[in-house]
Amino acid sequence: MELFSAKNIVKRYQSHTALDKVSISVNDHTIFGLLGPNGAGKTSLIRIINQITAPDEGELFFKGQRLSPEHVSQIGYLPEERGLYKKMEVGEQCLYLARLKGLSRQEAAKRLKYWFEKFEIQSWWKKKIEELSKGMQQKVQFVVTVLHEPQLIILDEPFSGFDPINANLIKNEILELKQKGCTIILSTHNMGSVEELCDEIALINRSKKILEGNVATIKKQYHSNTFDITFEGNMIAFTNSFGATAELIDHKKDGDLIAARITLAKGQKLNNVLHLLLPAVQLHSVKEILPSMNDIFIMKVNETGETVISNTNALTE
Amino acid sequence: MDKILLILKREYLTRVKKKSFLIMTILGPLLMASAVVIRVWLSMVPEETKKVVVVDETQVFTQKFRNTENIRFYYTKENLEETRKSFYTEDFDILLYVPNNILQAQTVQVFYKKQPGYGILEYLRNSVSTQLEEKKLIASGIDISKIQASKTTVNLVTSKIEESGRIEKKNTEVLIAVGFIGGALIYVFIFLYGAQVMRGVIEEKTNRIVEVIISSVKPFQLMMGKILGIALVGLTQFLLWIVLTAGITNAVLSVYMSKKYDTSMVAKTFSKQEISGTTQNQLQNQLQMPDTYNEIQSTISSIQFGTLIGCFLFYFLGGYLLYSALFAAVGSAVDSEADTQQFMLPLSMPLLLAFFVAQAVITNPDGAVAFWFSIIPFTSPVVMMVRIPFGVPVYQVALSMALLVLGFIATTWLAGRIYRTGILMYGKKITYRELWKWLFYKS
Repeated sequence: MELFSAKNIVKRYQSHTALDKVSISVNDHTIFGLLGPNGAGKTSLIRIINQITAPDEGELFFKGQRLSPEHVSQIGYLPEERGLYKKMEVGEQCLYLARLKGLSRQEAAKRLKYWFEKFEIQSWWKKKIEELSKGMQQKVQFVVTVLHEPQLIILDEPFSGFDPINANLIKNEILELKQKGCTIILSTHNMGSVEELCDEIALINRSKKILEGNVATIKKQYHSNTFDITFEGNMIAFTNSFGATAELIDHKKDGDLIAARITLAKGQKLNNVLHLLLPAVQLHSVKEILPSMNDIFIMKVNETGETVISNTNALTE
Repeated sequence: MDKILLILKREYLTRVKKKSFLIMTILGPLLMASAVVIRVWLSMVPEETKKVVVVDETQVFTQKFRNTENIRFYYTKENLEETRKSFYTEDFDILLYVPNNILQAQTVQVFYKKQPGYGILEYLRNSVSTQLEEKKLIASGIDISKIQASKTTVNLVTSKIEESGRIEKKNTEVLIAVGFIGGALIYVFIFLYGAQVMRGVIEEKTNRIVEVIISSVKPFQLMMGKILGIALVGLTQFLLWIVLTAGITNAVLSVYMSKKYDTSMVAKTFSKQEISGTTQNQLQNQLQMPDTYNEIQSTISSIQFGTLIGCFLFYFLGGYLLYSALFAAVGSAVDSEADTQQFMLPLSMPLLLAFFVAQAVITNPDGAVAFWFSIIPFTSPVVMMVRIPFGVPVYQVALSMALLVLGFIATTWLAGRIYRTGILMYGKKITYRELWKWLFYKS
């Protein structure tokens, strides 16, 4: 079921268009990756979803209704540029931000207790934000983002500034939130985490959406018919057996086993090639090599022109 | 509305809890009270008496100069040379040399050990010139005693005739003081707390917390919460200052006074005078004191303090709201406090102007300048405050207040539109043209 959608969003600034008829659709209980190079228009879109700015054209829907200020309490937002009041105590600050989202003081305090115990940060309650390290501040900010149990959580570069251990902690939290029924829009440059976490993605470049869909489907779509084959036998027999039906890209001998990477010739099926291989060598494994999201990202962005956009607009990205 | 209250509460509490607030709250009244106490103390401490030795070659001035509390004259027969030599061994502070050719040269010389003050020098000059004038008058055959008898001083007793025909004595100096203090306080508070609003906005913007907050509340709510919260901080501080200043001043003065004078004695002398008939002159002299005193008292009691305080609070809040919204807009348009200067000028100009006009209004509280500047919202808080103790027609006050309310609604609207765009702009130098464009962005 669709939880959130944006239809034909256009946002213009003085001298440039940040978003040009961008549409996205985010399903319930999924993690949606919002990808794109710097300056593509991601932050503009995220700000529009958070109702921080309004689009010049287009419509937004939340649970089938037009997006309105009432929905603010059901949306959580972790901006890329993190920020908290430096001189304010951690606990007091969390309470304040939670109450701005509509929680009562008691409820906010109860939930904060749960999260502070979970992250083992109870001792920070009376500390001022400026006394915490950057990573610690990030943790606090993550708690603030999810405290009011929003149905839609928007995370802009959630892993930046975390060490690998804490990045992993946050990654697990994100997956747990999805388990609990939350929907998450994840904007990141970290393609590894996109492959690990995201169900669907949309790729934005130069104000336009250039790719969207299910991560697995996209990867399939961009497959290049490349396979890794491990076998026991003679290398020459191996290459001779498939002849012109495929091309050897690389091979490596590892003890008795040889690992070879081949790309099928146009129109050839894997089955045909295997059929030719079977009599020639002893097969151990066959595995398709799919392009990484990173490769797809770079390829698609390069297709649509220069990756770097001159930052005519003062808004960050 | 709930959210504005939440924001207001945070803005208020974080500021009131700060150490700097506590320090300012205590230091402010101490400074003000010490200003009052020091002035009173200075007027009571007798100045050191200067001993002036006079070398008078003409012999005309000998024994003629009048001694005062501060100056005592001694006359010597020795000549200048000898007196100068012994100047340091003797106990004199100043040597006044009147040469023989005084009538032609019109010059006397003053020698000193330590530079005497302006007052002393003036007194010496006056003494010599009066004596000279007298000598000249006598020489031309005029009777000095007649001239002295014809000297007259006039007391101005200022009264106001009410519409009802009632006559009310007023002491203008008191009115000036009350009005001017009120106006000046408003002027200072607008700058002080307007700047706090601006700093708060810049802090939120550079911290980037603003993005988190405006994903929960509207930018306008955030701005209003901040402005109103800081207004309450201002009021709190103001009330604490008043209470503490009055307390400290009273305490110190009463302790000091009771030591110095027996107050009951003073009261007794005043009451006795009204019954016992002393000489005409003496009575008048002594009555002068209680007369002005009574006048000040009656003026103070004639000022309707309820109205005055009500007006003060209204103009204080109105002026603050008008300006602080603009301060917030300036804060939103810049990345750091250092960048605010280009936008500060149009904000501080009208305020400064109001302050200067207020000084002119004192001499003519009902003139055209006073009228217009107390009607225009940008200057009315300061200027009207100065006028109010003199009595201002109700319709003028009403007009001025109504315009002030409209004024701050207008500036708040304007500032809100600049603010909501400005707080999301980073790393760009903003021009006035851009601010103008922001006014028309779709929200």
